[in-house]
This record gives sequence, structure tokens and C-alpha cells, in this order.
Amino acid sequence: MIAVALWSVAALLALAPAGVVLSARPRGSFILYGGCLIATSTLCVTALSDLLYFPYLTPTATLPIGLPWLGAHFRLDALSAFFLVVVNLGGAAASLFALGYGQHEDSPGRVLPFYPAYLAAMNVVVLANDAFSFLVAWEFMSLTSWAMVVSHHREAENVRAGYVYLLMASFGTLALLLAFGLLASRAGYDFDAIRASHPSAALAGMVVILVLLGAGSKAGLVPLHAWLPLAHPAAPSHVSGLMSGVMTKVAVYGFVRIVFDLLPEPVWWWSVVVLLVGGPTATLGVLYALMQRDIKRVLAYSTIENIGIIFTGLGLALAFKAQGLDWVAALAFTAALLHVFNHALFKSLLFFGAGAVLEVTGERDMEKLGGLIHRMPKTAFAVLVGCVAISALPPFNGFVSEWLTFQAILLSPQLPNWGLKLIIPAVGGLLALAAAFAAACFVKLYGISFLGRPRSDVAASAHETDRFSLAAMFALAALCLVAGILPGLFIDALAPVSKAMVGNVMPHQTGLEWLTIVPIAESRSSYNGLLVFLFAALSGMAAASAIHRLASDRLRRAPAWDCGYPDPSPAIQYSASSFSQPIRRVFGSVILAAREIGEMPPPLSPAPARLTVDMRDLIWDALYAPIAKVISVATERINTLQFLTIRRYLTLVFAALVVLLLVVAL
Amino acid sequence: MTTLRDILSQGVQMCLVLLLAPLLTGFVRKVKARLLRRRGPPLMQPYRDLIRLMRKDVVLADNASWLFRVIPYLMFAGTWVAASLVPTFGNGLLFSWSADLIAIIALLGSARFFQALAGMDVGTAFGGIGSSREVMIASLAEPAMLITVFSVAMIAGSTQLSNVAEFMGSDAVGLRVSLGMAFVALTIVALAENARIPVDNPATHLELTMVHEAMVLEYSGRHLALIDLSSQLKLLLYVSLIACVFLPWGTAAADAGVVRLGLGALLYLGKLVVLGFLLAVFETSIAKMRVFRIPEFLGAALMLALLATLLRFVSGSL
Repeated sequence: MIAVALWSVAALLALAPAGVVLSARPRGSFILYGGCLIATSTLCVTALSDLLYFPYLTPTATLPIGLPWLGAHFRLDALSAFFLVVVNLGGAAASLFALGYGQHEDSPGRVLPFYPAYLAAMNVVVLANDAFSFLVAWEFMSLTSWAMVVSHHREAENVRAGYVYLLMASFGTLALLLAFGLLASRAGYDFDAIRASHPSAALAGMVVILVLLGAGSKAGLVPLHAWLPLAHPAAPSHVSGLMSGVMTKVAVYGFVRIVFDLLPEPVWWWSVVVLLVGGPTATLGVLYALMQRDIKRVLAYSTIENIGIIFTGLGLALAFKAQGLDWVAALAFTAALLHVFNHALFKSLLFFGAGAVLEVTGERDMEKLGGLIHRMPKTAFAVLVGCVAISALPPFNGFVSEWLTFQAILLSPQLPNWGLKLIIPAVGGLLALAAAFAAACFVKLYGISFLGRPRSDVAASAHETDRFSLAAMFALAALCLVAGILPGLFIDALAPVSKAMVGNVMPHQTGLEWLTIVPIAESRSSYNGLLVFLFAALSGMAAASAIHRLASDRLRRAPAWDCGYPDPSPAIQYSASSFSQPIRRVFGSVILAAREIGEMPPPLSPAPARLTVDMRDLIWDALYAPIAKVISVATERINTLQFLTIRRYLTLVFAALVVLLLVVAL
Repeated sequence: MTTLRDILSQGVQMCLVLLLAPLLTGFVRKVKARLLRRRGPPLMQPYRDLIRLMRKDVVLADNASWLFRVIPYLMFAGTWVAASLVPTFGNGLLFSWSADLIAIIALLGSARFFQALAGMDVGTAFGGIGSSREVMIASLAEPAMLITVFSVAMIAGSTQLSNVAEFMGSDAVGLRVSLGMAFVALTIVALAENARIPVDNPATHLELTMVHEAMVLEYSGRHLALIDLSSQLKLLLYVSLIACVFLPWGTAAADAGVVRLGLGALLYLGKLVVLGFLLAVFETSIAKMRVFRIPEFLGAALMLALLATLLRFVSGSL
């Protein structure tokens, strides 16, 4: 199994240099994305069969590359297999989408060589079984994605995004490097050796904080999220989908691998840190998303929200595991992993939808779109499924994982620890707020860009996208529905992962009557997406047929009513910023420091009235801006060192030598 | 085990909520009118309105999409399924395990999601204002509702509505502060969710503060009938929910006989009358709020619900 996986990764790596050659050919991108599709599909099927049929085998492989005395170790256990499925399902969908979408790339040479390398890097992170390969692959993943973020480098915004991304990625890798340094100080770089060593509680605690910084910055946890909404939208849309849907999951993998697997039994305060970061991340992420008008930026901020939900689940799992309630920990952990899978599905789908819109209209700004449901009906349908799924509404998949997380929260009174007892209900409240905001956010995204009347000529003359892109979107949409109505299958597939990581599993689900899911016991809670879906579909259809047959089925078209004041100008419609104005006013005045400044012209003046909305990211102001200022002042000072005379340089060199000798001597 | 009796009971429940929903709305309207010293429309008026609307042609705006035509059916289906899962006269609902209380809220959430989309489909200013305000209200009402559910579920040890109702009917509950808070929170949420005064006014048209009516402004004929029926079902759902959680007396147990079920049905009707009357009294005695006062009103519900949940964490008996 692992051999097949490694050969596929090698194939992806081999495609990278081929991309340089292929990017000059007219059909080059088609061949390259086709190759990526085959390789990722192979990997996905391999990992899936491993997860379903041999979950308790952990094949390993060692290649004579990397550090000379260590070699590169690879291992395929249940956790790796699950994340391989996520990575390669997302990768296959993105490659399929790019078969059509990639044809429209202006400068394929800036994307094609990096794309397969990026996919390969993510796979290697998940497969690596020693710290060296893990970190090299992690950094490779950051760099290749950075290259694609700045692929449209003529837009100043993208260059800035790339700069911030590079800084934050280096910071994250540094934190991980330090974490592994602490762990390896006693055991060496091999994961097996780290697992066998028993680091002290203080050391383990430091490692948890460092991993939360390192993996959290890659995943987009608040306050380390600042780069994400800049970088994810800047890349070509299929890469945006991969970065948001898949790469953030690789970061989650890094966190789970180190905290749940490599470290010893958790201590309760770890979970407090994770929960205090996860809950606010969910709410703030989606609140920021609501305020945006750029489709891809809305999606990027919503990724932050979903990462918050996932980390809340992981925090709950840590809390319960630390207190010995491993059967609840299994529930919370399974919920988090299921959300990892679900989010990869619908976030990729939505980014592909945004890509399709961008491709035919050239617009990412919602204020210039509208009415696309008439001109892109198929894309509109697939995106609608994605919007319902991400808003955590039944019968789609997003609801199932949030429901499971809520069930875990409801079991928290069993915890003996007082700190957790007070934090967990508050986190539950934040998640509930996030769920409601998410629905508002996606009503806005869909309502403004796909419904209503076109707000610009490009939106009015849009047309349906190509069939490969549609195939990718519909495949993901179908999976969203399947995972929503048959969640038991997916929960059971996650059992070996949960067994390996938290030491217990959720009750077996697939044997239950009508494929219901029962997380704890039937007397506590159960949910059956299939029946809810069937009931709703049947009652809706019954109502339709009864009314059409017995009452009336006549229909005529007329101009819109609008209380008698219809205005032909599409500018009269609600815009993206006016839609979110009530929520901005209620929640944003403090959290976003949002202010509205209205300027009225004096009476009788023909000048237009103006409304300016001022919003700031307070985290940026409070955390990033001071650091940036300190660095710029410091570099400004140090800069004078570059303009000294040769005498002074010689003096400096001599002084440095003396100081060093003194240090060595003492 | 599934028996004919269970199927029958579930079927009766589905028909019952569908048939009772317009009557409850009619009753509330009648009481409100009497309190204002008007004679008011007859009790049966909502049925007549529905039938009349169903018979009329649909006049569809020129640029309405297919989604606009499908949404009334989606809303109706979601609300009906949710309403038929809330115990009314008896606890033994066949499919009550297919969706617990959180899922019922989420089903209503789906209906609202689509309704807000429908408001934006034609591209009129009124629809937009309605949808925008609806999601603002929902962004507070939904978390308040969920946290209320948390507190109730933690007391009852289940999110399964049949089990919650059974537990609330037993002697194990006792008098709890947290339940009182949850009750107030749930009432506030119910007022907001059903577009009642002081949050919205179900009777107005052409007023800038309207929310629900603004969203459905472009609907006509059978589509409007279905949307009206869905809102009536939703009102019945919330009243039944309050009845089955906070006034659980007399609800027939899962294995009760026919006489007991009949008694449960009578008591249920009695509860509807009492709660409907209280709703009418409340609505006539309070003024409609400005839109930006609503967050404070709903924020109070959110805080009460959170406090109720925290109390449960602090002490098992409060």
C-alpha cells in the first residue's frame, strides 16, 4: 500500500519539471492536470482502501534520502490514511476542475510546475514519519503554494499577499522546528523514537503551545489568520480551493499528529488553550467573512471559521481525554475529523464556483455580479448545494459534524474540572453564533452574486462554464449530500483513527435501523439525515402535486410588484455591504470598530450624498502593526551600518572578534 | 418495534398539525381583535384565505428564477417535517428519533435560509431589506434558541424531544431557576422567529419596519398560500414546543391507550388556547420595537439562555 502511495507521490514530483515544458504547449495544461488527476485518484483510492480494509496495519518505508544517518521514514497508519483521502480527494477534484479552468490561465508557466509539486508536498507531510521529512515537506508545501499565490504578480495586492504569506509561513515553520527540537532533544528525529520517549509535562506543554502556533498559523487560527484571507484568494481558483479546503487540513493533521500521537497523555490546560483559541476563531472568522464583498475573500474568511470549529472539536477531545472520559473524547474527535472531511468538500466546491464565476465574468466583487442563476444555471445549482452545506443545514454534511460537536458539548457537565465547566458552555455559545452568522454570510454570498438582477454588463452577458469544471463541482455537491444523509458510513470509517488517537471509538453506526446515527445512546440523541431528507422531499412533492392537481397550476409572468414602486435600475437592489449593514451595526461597532460616516450636501446643492464605511481589523492593528513598526524602526537604525567607512568596518570586525573570544574564554 | 399504531399515531400527528395551524393563527387574530374591541375575522378565515390563494393564478415576476418557484415547497416541507416531530398530544412519535431538537431547529433554519434567498431573487429593494433584517434577527435568535436547547437538554439528559417531554412530565424535574430562564428565553425567541410584535408585525404591509412580509412581497397565489401555511405551522410548532417542554402535563405516554390519547389531545387543545390567548394579550399590550432595538431584546434572551446553561454547570439542582 505504502509503495503505491510513494510511487504516486514520485509521479507527482516528476510532473513538476514536466510542467515547465508543458506550459509552453497549447494542450500542456490539459496533459499536466490529467496526470495530476490520475496520480491523486490513485492515492485517494489507495488510502481509502487502506482506511476501510487494513486500518490497523501500519506499513512503513525508509528511503535513503534526507539526513544521511536517518534516511526518510514514511508510515501509513489510519490517521495518515484518512488525511491522504482528504488531501487527494481535494487534489483530484481540483485537477478535474482545472482540466477546464486551467485552459484560461494567462501565464501557465507560473502555475503548472508548482501545482504537482504542491500536491506531492502535502502528501509527503501526511506520510512522513520523521521530523526532518515532515518539516522539509511542510516548507516545500508553503513555498510551492506561495509561488502560485504570486502567479498573478502584476497586481500589487497579490504581491503584498505573497509577502505576508511568506513571513507567516516562515514563522509557522520556525515554531514547528522549535517544537520538534524540544521533542528530538531526548529521542532524535524519528517519530517512533519520539513516541517511545516520555517528555516531561513542562516540555510537552511547551511543545503544545509551539505546535498551536506553527500548525495554527498555517490553519488560520485567530490571531495568526492575517495572511490567509490575503493569500488564499490571490491564487488561481483551483489552487485557492486546495489551499483553503486541503492545506489547512494538512495543518490540522500536523496538530493532531504531534499533540494526540507523539506527545504523552494530555493535561487539562492544553484543552483550555485550544478551546480559547478555537471558539473565538469560529465566530470572528465568519463575522469578518460577512463584511467582505469579494467572493473569494468571503470564502477564505469562512475557512477560518471552519478551522475554529475543527479546533474546538479537537480541544473538546483533549479535555475529555485528559479527564479519562475517552468515549466522549472519541465523539468530539470524530466530529472534528468529520468536519475536516466535510469542509474539504464544500469549501473546494465553493471556490470552484467562485472560479467559474471569475472565469466567465472576470469579477470577484459581488457588487458587480447578480442574476447569475439565469445565465449559469448549473454552476448556480452546485454552488447552492455548497452554500446550504457550509451553513450547517440539514440534510447536508455540514450539519452532521456540527451536530456531533454540539452533542460532545452537551456532555461536558460530566467534566470534574471547574475551568472547563465554565469555558465549554461559552465556547458552545460562540459556535452557535458562528453557525447563525455562517447562514447569514452564505445567504448574502448567494443572494447577491447569483440572485437578483445583474449589476454590471459582464454579469449580464455571463455564460455557463465548461464541462470539466461542472463535473468537479457536481461530484463534490453529490458527496456533500451523501455524507449528509449517510453519515454513519463516514463515522464508522473514522473509528480506527479515533481508536489510535484517543483510545476509544464511537458506537458502531452502520448496523442501526434506517442508518440512524446515535453518538452515545438512543435515549440521548439520534439523527437520521436519510429519513429527514426523504420526508422533506416526499412532503414537498406531495404538496406540489396536490396543489397542482386540486387547486391551480396556472402561472403568468408580469413585471415585479415591489409594492408598486419597481425601479428598472439594478442599482436599486440591496448590495453586499448594505445586506450586512444591520449585522455590522449590531456586532461590528466594537469588534471591527466599524463606523459609518454619512455626508449630506447642503440643501439645494446637486452634489451627491456619500456614505463611507470604515472598518478595521483590530487584531492587525494591535498585534501585527506594532511588530511591523518595531521591525521597520530597527532595520532603519541598522541600515546605517551599511554606509560606514572601511575603518569602522574593520573596528567592528575586531570588536566582534574580541567579544567572541571573551565569550569562548569565559 | 414499528406497529400499525405507531404509524397511525405519527400520521395523525402530521395531519393534526397541518389542520390546526391555520386555526391557531385565526384564534390569535380573533382574540387580538376582541381585545381591541373589534369584531375580527371569523376563526375559519385563515382556511378560506389559503383556499382562495391556492385557486388563484400565480403572478410571477419577469426575472424570477426557478429557485423562486421551488422555495415555497422547500419551506413548507422543512417546516412541516419539523412540526410533525414535536410531540403534541402524545409522546410516542414513530419518527421522533430521526431528528432531535437541534435538528428541528436546523430544519427551521433551512426554511429560513431559503426564505431569505427568495427575498433576494427578484432583485427588488423591499425583498433585500427583508432578507437583510431577517438574517440579522436570526443571527441572534438562532444562538439563543440553541443555547436554550442546551440548558433544557442538559437537565433532561437528552436532546431527543420525546425523552425531554417525558422527563419534564416526571417528578424528577422539580422547580429549577435555569428552567425559568430557559422559558423566558424560549418565549422571546418564539416571538422573534414567528415575526410577532414587538419584533415584527404580522399584520402590516407597506411599512419600513416589516421583515417577513417584505421578503414574501413578490409571492402570489399557491406559492403565497404555502408560505403562509409554513408560517402558521411554525407558530404552532413553537407553541407546541413550549407546551411540551414547560407544560408537559397530560401528554400521553408512548404506550398509552386510545382514551388516554384522546385526553392528551383535549389537553393539548386547551394548552393551545391558553398560550394563544397569552400571545394575543402580550401582542396587544406592547408596541412594535425599532429595528435596532431588537438586538437588545434578543440579546437578553441569549444572555438568559447562557445563564441558564451556566447554572446547570455550576449546580446540578438549580
